[in-house]
Amino acid sequence: MVSSVPLIYSAPQSRKRTPRLSWRAFAAVPPLAFLLIFFVWPVVAIIARGLWPNGQLNLSAFGEVLSDPSIRRVLWFTLWESVASTVLCVAVALPGAALFARYRFRGKRLLWSALLVPFVLPTVVVAVSMLGLFGGRGVVGIDLSGTVWLVLIAHVYFNYAVVVRTVGSTWSTIDPRFEDSARTLGATPWQVFTRIVWPLIRSSVAAAASIVFLFSFTSFGIVMILGGVRNRTIEVEIYDQTAKFLRLDSAAVLAIVQLLAVITILLWFGRSQRRRAVVFDQRSAVETAHPPLNVRQRFFVASNVLFIVIFLGAPLLVLFIRSFSTPTGWSFAFYQALGDSRGGSTSFVPPLDAVGNSLTYALLATVITVILGLCAALAITGTGSKKSRSARWADTFMMIPLGTSAVTVGFGFLIVFDEPPLNLRSSMWMIPIAHAIVALPFVVRLLVPALRSIDPKLKEAAATLGASPQRVWFSVELPIVGRALTAAAGFAFAVSLGEFGATAFLVRPDRPTVPVAIFRALGRPGEANFGQAMAMSTILMGITVFVLLAIDHFRPAGVSEF
Amino acid sequence: MSQPFFEVDAITVESPNTQKTIIRDVSLTVERGEVVAILGSSGAGKSTFLRAIAGLVPVVTGRIFLDGTDLAHTPTHKRDIGMMFQEHALFPHLDVGQNIAFGLKLAKVEKTKREARVSELLNVVGLDGFENRPIASLSGGERQRVALARTLAPSPRLLLLDEPMGSLDRVLRDRLVPELGEILRSLELAALYVTHDYAEAFALAHRIAVMDDGNIVQCDTPEVVNAAPVSSHVAGLLGHRSRWR
Repeated sequence: MVSSVPLIYSAPQSRKRTPRLSWRAFAAVPPLAFLLIFFVWPVVAIIARGLWPNGQLNLSAFGEVLSDPSIRRVLWFTLWESVASTVLCVAVALPGAALFARYRFRGKRLLWSALLVPFVLPTVVVAVSMLGLFGGRGVVGIDLSGTVWLVLIAHVYFNYAVVVRTVGSTWSTIDPRFEDSARTLGATPWQVFTRIVWPLIRSSVAAAASIVFLFSFTSFGIVMILGGVRNRTIEVEIYDQTAKFLRLDSAAVLAIVQLLAVITILLWFGRSQRRRAVVFDQRSAVETAHPPLNVRQRFFVASNVLFIVIFLGAPLLVLFIRSFSTPTGWSFAFYQALGDSRGGSTSFVPPLDAVGNSLTYALLATVITVILGLCAALAITGTGSKKSRSARWADTFMMIPLGTSAVTVGFGFLIVFDEPPLNLRSSMWMIPIAHAIVALPFVVRLLVPALRSIDPKLKEAAATLGASPQRVWFSVELPIVGRALTAAAGFAFAVSLGEFGATAFLVRPDRPTVPVAIFRALGRPGEANFGQAMAMSTILMGITVFVLLAIDHFRPAGVSEF
Repeated sequence: MSQPFFEVDAITVESPNTQKTIIRDVSLTVERGEVVAILGSSGAGKSTFLRAIAGLVPVVTGRIFLDGTDLAHTPTHKRDIGMMFQEHALFPHLDVGQNIAFGLKLAKVEKTKREARVSELLNVVGLDGFENRPIASLSGGERQRVALARTLAPSPRLLLLDEPMGSLDRVLRDRLVPELGEILRSLELAALYVTHDYAEAFALAHRIAVMDDGNIVQCDTPEVVNAAPVSSHVAGLLGHRSRWR
């Protein structure tokens, strides 16, 4: 990937050398401290727990865990289901990428936005909707529950947009005359793809594929609900070792293995990116797309659009419909039952309370994330130049939680903040803070480009008019960044609402979030509980889609894939 | 009279984007070894005309014959028509040699013959020894020559050149136009050369077809077109502003 050079250098070369601490550099302190306490410390604690179980370096726990046949099965399954999910997802999504890169058709913009819906949907909701389609009581009539197929389909469903949007954006910048040239030189349409298009999109396919792989490798909610007893990922195993068997040492070993695997994948990916990237003059997407020219192209466009609409829409539609279809006919019965507290059971919490809990947590998480994200973005962009080393370091550091899984965060919190000096076990801040760790990288990613997009001339103009840096910020930048902030807040809210991996570790039995309540309802037998899971999923889906639409509305114009 | 080598018979072409007619009922012939220039201002439909001949955009009505066969149902890659594009569209992931060998590879020419042909063509365009150069390292003029070599490599029956000098500066153009003329004459290829520059058209073509708003308004030898332009528009394209006031 080529980083663009800022068009206008705001500072002359000579001034760049003098280290000048702007007020903005101090903005880095709160997010860095937050990450150190709530991310680095827990991760270090996990590593310590795995390597020094009794205060002494002891690797025998490693050997023990890794030689356990059932854990070996888990490792093997995690690896191969991630590879299978990735290959399947790329294969299914490439035609979609071609569709958006090369053709103009009615509703293209809308469909492009709609693609993001599955990506931001809570994993639990997607899992429930898959059960609605292919489960024992599913509408398709084929029962795939407990098989690996359902897991794979759900992973493809989730990541379809990642591949289509990442690859589609790159593909759309390729000059169509490369393809025309190849055609006139005797290449069939298939040869045009394999010899011209593929080499040029390959690095972006690899980028998308590595995201899909990481997601599938660290998949928790999907596998918990759809995997059945036999298909379990490392994440699920970490949870079971912790919550069911109380073997924290084994869980720590597994978390370390997972961390190592993720780091290896990221490093390998970074290297292959540098080796493979082909630099070419990019064209604007507007001139590279055209309406379908002949019958074949019309068929390609129509079938692709139809596939996307059905593939993306059917699970959600089924979820919605099933939540109203009760054994006694169409009614709101499942929804009404959400408020009931069942007599005689002390462990049961009315699902409607979960909605309140979720909204409270999400609000707190949003406040934390947006404040910290803004501080981080200000510090990263404050140095003016993108090339500044400290800015790059800060940028990379903020992204690290992206590579680790939510389960790692949850597990780390569990072993660190359960005892002095920082006992948050019963604090209501525990879950929002964990959600903030998960959401922070996304929020920084949304805010940094927005801050960078501000024309330096605007700032200089304000400065020459006698405005102090602070005044410049409040009068010039804040209004511009406001839109991005709104989008970031919406995103953080959506992430928190749907978060399941970390929450599963940290939730208190009497204060479940909606995803946890859905998971519990699925675990109880009977049509009524299944229907209630459907109803809660529909509510969660509704809130998330609403937030997503708001994000799309407030998203700063001209920002790339996400 | 025998059939012409290449014939466009009253074709009409619509814009894929707007469905507006871009080429209206245009006919044209090209003989073996003949270079016909299509001269017109930008937006006259010249490029679309070439793209229709190559089969890159569909023809609404009319027919195209090459060496006696109707091309209506022949897809682009089977037409044996070479096309050189504005800005050259050299494949950025391949080096110079691989770019030129691209068409040969598709035609399953074996490796030794392929390499011989590539160096032969590099010699023709005056770039001996450039085989392993990356595309990004080439200058504008070198790119133009590589693009020509790549187009010529599979020995197309008809050569289409879409403003091949369009992205080059004046000085370079003045040097390359005579060179290109020599290459085209020595190969005795049938060629259609699209340009908006009358000097290029005069330097290269046996005949000039003047295109305006999707029609060919005049088609004759450079001398006749120059001496007797049929309209003020044609005269304007030739730079004869004063005579047609």
